[in-house]
Amino acid sequence: MAGKTLYDKLWDAHLVAEREDGSALIYIDRQIIHEVTSPQAFEGLRLAGRQPWRAGASVATIDHNVPTTPFDSAADIEDETSRIQVTTLQDNTREFGITEYGIGDVRQGIVHVMAPEQGAVLPGMTVVCGDSHTSTNGALACLAHGIGTSEVEHVLATQTLVASKMKNMRVQVDGDLGPGVTAKDVVLHIIGVIGTAGGTGHAIEFAGSAIRSLSLEGRMTVCNMSIEAGARAGMVAVDDTTIEYVRGRPAAPKGADWDKAEAYWRTLVSDDDAVFDTEVKIDAADIRPQVSWGTSPEMVVAVDALLPDPDAEQDEVKRSGMQRAYEYMGLEPGIKVSDIRVDRVFIGSCTNSRIEDLRAAAEVVKGRKKADSVKQVLVVPGSGVVKQQAEREGLDKIFLEAGFEWRQPGCSMCLAMNPDRLQPGEHCASTSNRNFEGRQGNGGRTHLVSPAMAAAAAVAGHFVDIRDLDA
Amino acid sequence: MEKFVKHTGLVAPLDRANVDTDQIIPKQFLKSIKRTGFGPNLFDEWRYLDEGYPGQDNDARPKNPDFVLNKPQYQGASVLITRRNFGCGSSREHAPWALMDFGFKAIIAPSYADIFYNNCFKNGLLPIVLPDATVENLFKAEAASDDFRLTVDLENQQVLTPDGEALPFDIDGFRKHCLLNGLDEIGLSLQQADAIRAYESRRQAAEPWVFQEPQQQ
Ligand code: SF4
Repeated sequence: MAGKTLYDKLWDAHLVAEREDGSALIYIDRQIIHEVTSPQAFEGLRLAGRQPWRAGASVATIDHNVPTTPFDSAADIEDETSRIQVTTLQDNTREFGITEYGIGDVRQGIVHVMAPEQGAVLPGMTVVCGDSHTSTNGALACLAHGIGTSEVEHVLATQTLVASKMKNMRVQVDGDLGPGVTAKDVVLHIIGVIGTAGGTGHAIEFAGSAIRSLSLEGRMTVCNMSIEAGARAGMVAVDDTTIEYVRGRPAAPKGADWDKAEAYWRTLVSDDDAVFDTEVKIDAADIRPQVSWGTSPEMVVAVDALLPDPDAEQDEVKRSGMQRAYEYMGLEPGIKVSDIRVDRVFIGSCTNSRIEDLRAAAEVVKGRKKADSVKQVLVVPGSGVVKQQAEREGLDKIFLEAGFEWRQPGCSMCLAMNPDRLQPGEHCASTSNRNFEGRQGNGGRTHLVSPAMAAAAAVAGHFVDIRDLDA
Repeated sequence: MEKFVKHTGLVAPLDRANVDTDQIIPKQFLKSIKRTGFGPNLFDEWRYLDEGYPGQDNDARPKNPDFVLNKPQYQGASVLITRRNFGCGSSREHAPWALMDFGFKAIIAPSYADIFYNNCFKNGLLPIVLPDATVENLFKAEAASDDFRLTVDLENQQVLTPDGEALPFDIDGFRKHCLLNGLDEIGLSLQQADAIRAYESRRQAAEPWVFQEPQQQ
């Protein structure tokens, strides 16, 4: 019999019951909750007179709606609907006995930054959240994926999820990453190769020497965008990097439990003879710094390439999608990426708002200034803990001296549910994960890039090849 | 949950691939803490010429006359035909809520994003997968007709065209069962409470750290 993949092992370890039709009940170890996708779930519990199965399995925080300018209490949130969501979460977590890292708590932050940082997510866990970028947590060898609000209610009430097993996919990236090439470029390149539906129906394991060489935070960036490749879940097997990341986190096991846990976690790798339904191999040497030009994450090019010609696209549906994207973005095929001017820059989001991301951006910016033509550069740390650490290292000063804005943690301009947003027609160099129409503000034009590339664009006023800057 | 057994309705064509959930229901409308009322803001950025925000009088807003759902012949449509990878992007269940609140009962496309697909079933909205070529034919037949209606028969797993053609589709047995009977999934899962408890005590003995609770203080 063939060996098991990492995903097979995680699935088998959480199987509570199997149904005749092939669906299953799987146990959920950790649910993470935020203010936008949970109110209707709590309301459902209340209407049915149900209590959480295990309130201690959940942890909540506020992120999508919160202003990134300082505020002391919910009453300071100007937008009434945002304020109601924030207070509704407070009320719900209190009523149902769920831990919340709320306003003023240093642990508050973007769900997918906060949870691993606190050790609330550990290797081998099943992790869900009413948010598609829950896949981020798969970097810790977890089965982690987004769910809808009805499922949030289901997990609260039963601590299980009705699921069908996904297919196994391995994306193997081997070789050395070139200078200036980051985890973000790796994942954008992968999406460019397999497309935004390339991983649909699959759980992706990212493997290969280039993935191993990434820090745990870099692996989170890669797993984060699994969903942009169509896969609900992405994951990386346990190695020393995983173990060292978890050691000492607030909710990580200690003493004898730690030893036992570590021994188990080390088994969380795909067996040598495991079989994958789909395999993709990528040569790390082919990956250059990436910039997205269109309105889907697969519309991405290397920074030194020309924008693609829709007429060369054979697939009719794709071709019309590209034409529509050019129209929306106000760009022409054949121009150079460096000809795209940038109006605003956003450094943040669950893809790229951890301490290493901020360090990478600061390194580019140090001693330089924002271009006059750039209206605003927002730097938004992923959590209060990241913010504190950055300030300890003096990164905030570097950003402020360059004319950037240093903000409070939250999702911010990743989806513009709070006041941080683009104006119609503005181009934004953004370290977030989605360049959909209107995502960062009605009519806004998003270009997805790494933190270093975003910082370089802020300085130059247009996209530049980060490798030229290094020289 | 609402039952779905059989439905006949007017078809609206949305001829785009990769329609994402940000398009289906833009984020500013996710601030509601209810499940209903999203219909007027379905496809908001395509449907209206101004920028939408919650609490507006949507009837007074300027409409985009070119957008399919604004055309007179598609008023009252309840079956949506569209292209591949429909519903990609975020996990927001507001997307199926908005489609249903607008009046859609079924969607037909060559493929869907996984989370969206799943969310539809929790709400009694039926996402049907038909092959690319079949969907293409439906688009053509719709374009050639003034009042194109399809019947979706879940029991027999087929879509019936006005010509009397029956197009079979696949669906997971459990989902079909829940949809046909309008079953509450939580209630069903709680019937397995003993199995869940037994599983928990096994895990707790082997991996106690999994059960450590996040600290409030
Ligand atoms: S940062 Fe963006 S992608 Fe991440 S959870 Fe927040 S809104 Fe979603």
